[in-house]
Formats: sequence, structure tokens, C-alpha cells
Amino acid sequence: MNFDLSEEQTMLRDAAQKFLRAEYGFDARNKIVASEPGMSREHWRRFGEFGWLGVALPEADGGFGGGIVETIQVAEALGAALAVEPYLASTVLGAQAVARAGSPAQRSTWLPGLASGELILSLAHTEVDARHDLAHVQTRATAKGGGWVLSGRKSGVLGAPWADGFVVVTRTSGAVNERQGISLFLVGASTPGVQVTGYKVYDGSRAGDLRLDDVVLGEGALLGTEGEGLALLEHLIDLGIVAACADALGAMGALLRKTGEYVSTRKQFDVPIASFQVIQHRLVDMFAAVEATRSLVLMAALHAEHLDAVTRSRAVSAAKAAIGERARFVAQQAVQLHGGVGMTEELDIGHYFRRLTLFCNLFGSADHHLQRFAALAAVAPNSPPPR
Amino acid sequence: MDIDFSPQDRAFQQEVRAWFKTHTPADLKRKTVTGEMLQKDDIVQWQRRLDAQGWLVTGWPKEHGGPGWTPTQRYIFDLERAAASLSMGVIMLGPVLIAFGTPEQKAQYLPRIRRCDDWWCQGYSEPGAGSDLASLKTTAVADGDDYIVNGSKIWTTYAHWATHMFCLVRTSSTGKKQGGISFLLIEMDRAGIEVKPIVSIDGEHHLNQVFFTDVRVPRKNLVGREGQGWDIAKYLLTHERTSIAGVADCKAHLANLYAAADERRSGGRPLAEDGAMRLKLARAEIELMALEYTNFRVLAATAAGKAPGPESSLLKTMGTAVQQTLSELDVEIAAEMAWPWHEGGELGHGRYAHAMPRYCFSRAATIYGGSDEVQKNVLAKMLLAGGAR
Repeated sequence: MNFDLSEEQTMLRDAAQKFLRAEYGFDARNKIVASEPGMSREHWRRFGEFGWLGVALPEADGGFGGGIVETIQVAEALGAALAVEPYLASTVLGAQAVARAGSPAQRSTWLPGLASGELILSLAHTEVDARHDLAHVQTRATAKGGGWVLSGRKSGVLGAPWADGFVVVTRTSGAVNERQGISLFLVGASTPGVQVTGYKVYDGSRAGDLRLDDVVLGEGALLGTEGEGLALLEHLIDLGIVAACADALGAMGALLRKTGEYVSTRKQFDVPIASFQVIQHRLVDMFAAVEATRSLVLMAALHAEHLDAVTRSRAVSAAKAAIGERARFVAQQAVQLHGGVGMTEELDIGHYFRRLTLFCNLFGSADHHLQRFAALAAVAPNSPPPR
Repeated sequence: MDIDFSPQDRAFQQEVRAWFKTHTPADLKRKTVTGEMLQKDDIVQWQRRLDAQGWLVTGWPKEHGGPGWTPTQRYIFDLERAAASLSMGVIMLGPVLIAFGTPEQKAQYLPRIRRCDDWWCQGYSEPGAGSDLASLKTTAVADGDDYIVNGSKIWTTYAHWATHMFCLVRTSSTGKKQGGISFLLIEMDRAGIEVKPIVSIDGEHHLNQVFFTDVRVPRKNLVGREGQGWDIAKYLLTHERTSIAGVADCKAHLANLYAAADERRSGGRPLAEDGAMRLKLARAEIELMALEYTNFRVLAATAAGKAPGPESSLLKTMGTAVQQTLSELDVEIAAEMAWPWHEGGELGHGRYAHAMPRYCFSRAATIYGGSDEVQKNVLAKMLLAGGAR
């Protein structure tokens, strides 16, 4: 058994932490959030130069040749820095969709640009009535004249205002909740009929709703096999969850460290409040939550490419269910132990709090994943197997 | 033993319910349901309407304009009033002036509070005095007919709306620190007062820091005796014992959650049909019942004339736990509908647009008014002294 990172992985992690600490401090970050675009293209290109944006893409596509273990090193550092750029939306969800299912033409159109930071590609899968049921797809794609026509609405599209294109999840056949009949398409953001309503999210990032009105696409827009898109979508969301959990781990670790520092210096009743046992034990509970989170992120990452999809999804849901509860706890207690100052916009504590709050319900709440884990256990009671 | 309201109380409930149904302004109802922050004008207009009905200062004795209700009637009234918080002048300062104020202070301030001519804020916490409130350092030094006040108050809710502040100040730094604290009324337009906004993590401006630099305040603005401030503050904390739990607000909030769970869909089906969501809502409802019946017991004891005890601490920890659970559920039900920052309302996310800010600000409930940890210290002291009943 060996949980050590390779030399290359260690370098990647250390470099990411070092760069973000130096160039993406809280003040710099707040300026980026308040800016008109709401992200920093300059930082994003730097991320590309460092290889972070192609970290899990093959070298032939302009990538770094790594995988999920490399992905979570960057994600954790970005979470600790409260970064708002669309790493999860584009580097994980968008790029992996193309990397896993793209034709040679689609790969060459998107992957080098995604790896360098020139392009941003978002996944548009959620619909208002679907919640976290990935098979609930009402957006339709109809074959017409050798191409396709798309119509429908998507909500909660991460990074939508910045995206050059979208991986749109549609239904080409079947009833609305059916597993068969789901197809993915690559849609340029400026394609006629595509309307993006962007907004600022409570964690400082941007997202949007998508409206597709008779969007005409060529034959080459279909990503993967027609009608067989759900398995790919499920894998993408599982990868997204692992990356989001690593991001949450970065934020939780930062909160633990900052809270420990605060209670050691804040004095009430003439002593540091860290001298009170109730504070000490609370801090230890936060510490245990962070440690369990690190373990579960690793567990999920090590199963993220498991050939058996049930085994993979069980591991991922286990992590999301357990980390969701812990993220909420750590975020709430960080605010509580900071008292009034933890409630202010001026301090970074509240910004971590909001990021973790949104994480808790992203891709499904803890309860959703608890249910998914239990349901999958019935299918494969003995998974995940020993490594 | 009887858990039902008396026939008279039930008739009273019907009367109050009918009145609120027809007289609550629509936008106030909407804001209360969705958790949108109320503006000063919302509260002032609402209070004036209640006052015209004789129902504003329900906690005040009859000779000062109160309706002369029993504690049970007041409880029923709060339940039907459902949220839409009232100003600190009505809830907190009024009862203090009635108990400790001079005849001149009562005559000067009470009618103005009722008419909403004055808006009062509370100056308790300081940057260095939070949980350890008694260590507060804002000084009031006697100088002729005045005090000269120096120092700073923080987390002052709606100081930017306020015309007046009731304030705990230090008039003596010898002896026990609680004994050197006095209760002083300060007009906010006096020279030397600066109000600095604090934006909280819900993105709103409720809170402020207030700075006092050589502010002259007439000595006649002292409430009670010099050094009586701590006792007055404690009186205030126990005075509103049965409203501290926030049962009425929680009930309205829970009803809104059930409605939202019916409206939201999961896989095309109502979210309310999701097993885990149903259990979560059920658990919250049951916790609220435990809170409500604990509140009833305190109410019954109050009605029977029993002296105030540490119930306010128990009701606060229980009540804030329920409030925070409900706010968490708000965000969970809304999911991505809760993402858009404030102005997201235009996207038609209406009912859910305030879920995040409401949840964020709900975290303050276990910090202000004596943190959860402080309340538990109070309760532990009571338990270990053998005071548990």
C-alpha cells in the first residue's frame, strides 16, 4: 500500500499551491470576482502554461498526460485559493467529454485550446425539473438534413457566461426518464438560437441558464454514439464530483488552519478562547472531518477510472455523501468559532463558507448520494473490491 | 393537564387570524415567506398599521398602550403574526423604560416608539467584548450635566437606520466589572458619532460599527442608576423569554419549505415525494414540535407567575438550532435555483432567490445575543448548581 504522490505529482501540487498563494491572494481574487468578466483570462492562460488545464489530457492532444490524481492536486489548490475560474466546468467536465468521446476532428478543434486556456467548454446537462436525475432529459435533438436541430432549456450551467462552447445533453429518442436515447452535442456559444443568461453565483463564480431554440448543427456536432450518451455523462459527473470534493478539501483545510490561528489569538475573559475545552474539541472535530475528507477524496479518485461503472459510482457517491456532511460542518463551525467577524464579507471565512455551501448541493446533496450508494449496493453488494 | 387553548383563546386566535389575513400587505407577506430582507420603511409602515389597531406594543402594560393580553394571548398573537420582525424599540427598549425609566423618560420616549418616530438600535458588543460582554470598554465619564462617551460598538444592527441607541457603557472601572456598567440612551445625531457599515456574508448591510469620540450625552439619558446597566441588560434577556425561540417564524418557514418541496421537481416528480427529503422535513417538523412544547411549558410557568429562570438560554439554543436547520433545507431544496447572487430574481428564481442569503445570515443566530457556547455555559452552571427541574 502506497499513498505517496509521484515526484511529478508532488511538483505539480507544490507549484500550484505556491503560485496561487503568491498570485491569487484574497485581495487579488476579490478584484477578479468584482471585474466585469468575473474571471481572470490572464491567470487562466498562466494555468494553461503550467499544464494545469491539460493535466488529464493525452500529450497528443496538447495535454500533460496525467489523470484524476493529477486533477485533484490542482483542484485542491484552487479550492484553498477560492479561485473562481472554470476548472471544474471546463477542464474537468468539458474537456473530459471531448477527450473520452471526441472524433479526431472534435479533439483537434477543442483539446489543444482547452489545454492552453484559449478555449472554455462547459457541460450543459441539468434541467429545472431533473434535479440530479441525469436521465431526466427533455431537451430534444432531431435529425434533419444530415445534421441536427436542438431545442430546450438548461439550468445551472457552470461557467456559462465564459464558455466558447457547450457539451449539451439532449434526448434523440425515448421517453423523458429513459436511460437510452441520450445524446451529447458540441455546440458553439455563438451558434444562432443559443441564448445564455449568465449570473454571478454566491461563491463568486459565474453560471447561467441556457436556452436553445431550433439550434441547427452539422453532422459533426454529435459527440460519441447517438442514444448512448448516458454512460459517458455518468462518468463525467463522477469525475466532476471527485474534483469538486478535492476543491472542497482545499477550502476545508484552509478553514481549519485559519480557525486554529484565530482561536489562538482571540482573547475573551482575559485568555485566548483556544484555552476553552469546548473550542478545543470543536477544532478537533473539524480536524477529523478534514482528515476523513482527504481519505475519501483519495478513495474516490482511486476508483474514478474503475472499469466497472457500479464500483466506480459507489465509491464516488460514498465520498460525496460523507464529504458533503463534513464540508457543511467545517464551514459552519469556522464561522461559529470566528464569531461576528466570521459573518463579515471582509474576511475570507464567509467566502469559504459560501463555496462549501454550494458544494454541498452540487451534483446532488449528501442524501442523494447516500440513496445512490445504497441503491448501487443492492446491485453490487461487495464493491468496492480491495485494490 | 390540558394542552388545548381555552375557548376564549381559540376565539381570540380566530379574530387575530382573520385580521392578519386581510391586513398584511402583500409585499410584506412575500418578503416574509421568501426570507427577503425587510427595509426600514416596510417595518415602520407595518408597525404603524399594527399600532392603529392597538396591537403593536403587545408586551407593554395597558397604561402605556399595551392591549392587556395574557401571556397566552400574546403567544397566539405572535404565532398568527408569523415573522415580520418588529423594531428593537418596541421589543426591547420599551419594557426596559417601563421597568427602570424615569417618568420623564417614559413620557418622552414611549409614545415616540409606538408612533415609530424614533428608531432604536442596541449598542452592546464591542470589538473586544463579545462572549465576554462584561469586559466592555466604551466609557461614559461624568462632566457637569453630561457624560462624555468614548469607544466603539460593533455588530450594531440597523445603526444606519437609527435615530437613537440604547447602549451599555462603563461608568466605573473599579470593583467587579459588571458593577461598573450603565445603561445610557444616546441620540445618533450627536457630534462625534460615526457609523461604519459592515456587509455580512449574505451580501447585505444589516450590521455596523459605531464609533464614539468625545460624544456629549446629557446625564438625564441614564436609565436606572449608575452601575445598574448589567442588571437591566439581564432583565431584557429574560423578558422576552417565549419569543426568543422563534416558534412562529419557524412555523411559517416550515410551511414554505413544504410548499417549495411540492413545487420543485426531481426526475420530473415532486421533490416532496423523495424519501430522504420527506424524512428531513419530518425530522425538522418534529424538532419544531419539541421546541414549541418546551416553549408552551415556559409560557404556562410565566402565566402562573413563576420567576424568570434560565429558560431563555435553553429556548435560544433549541430555537436557533431549528432555525438553522430550516435555512439549510431551504438551500438544499432550491439546489441550483439558489445560486444566483441577489439580482438573480430576474431569472424567475423568485421563491428561491433568498434561500442562500437567509441561510448565510441564519449562522449569526448562534453568535448574537450570547453565543451558543455562552448559553450552554449558563445552562451548565444552572445544572451543576442543582437548579434543574
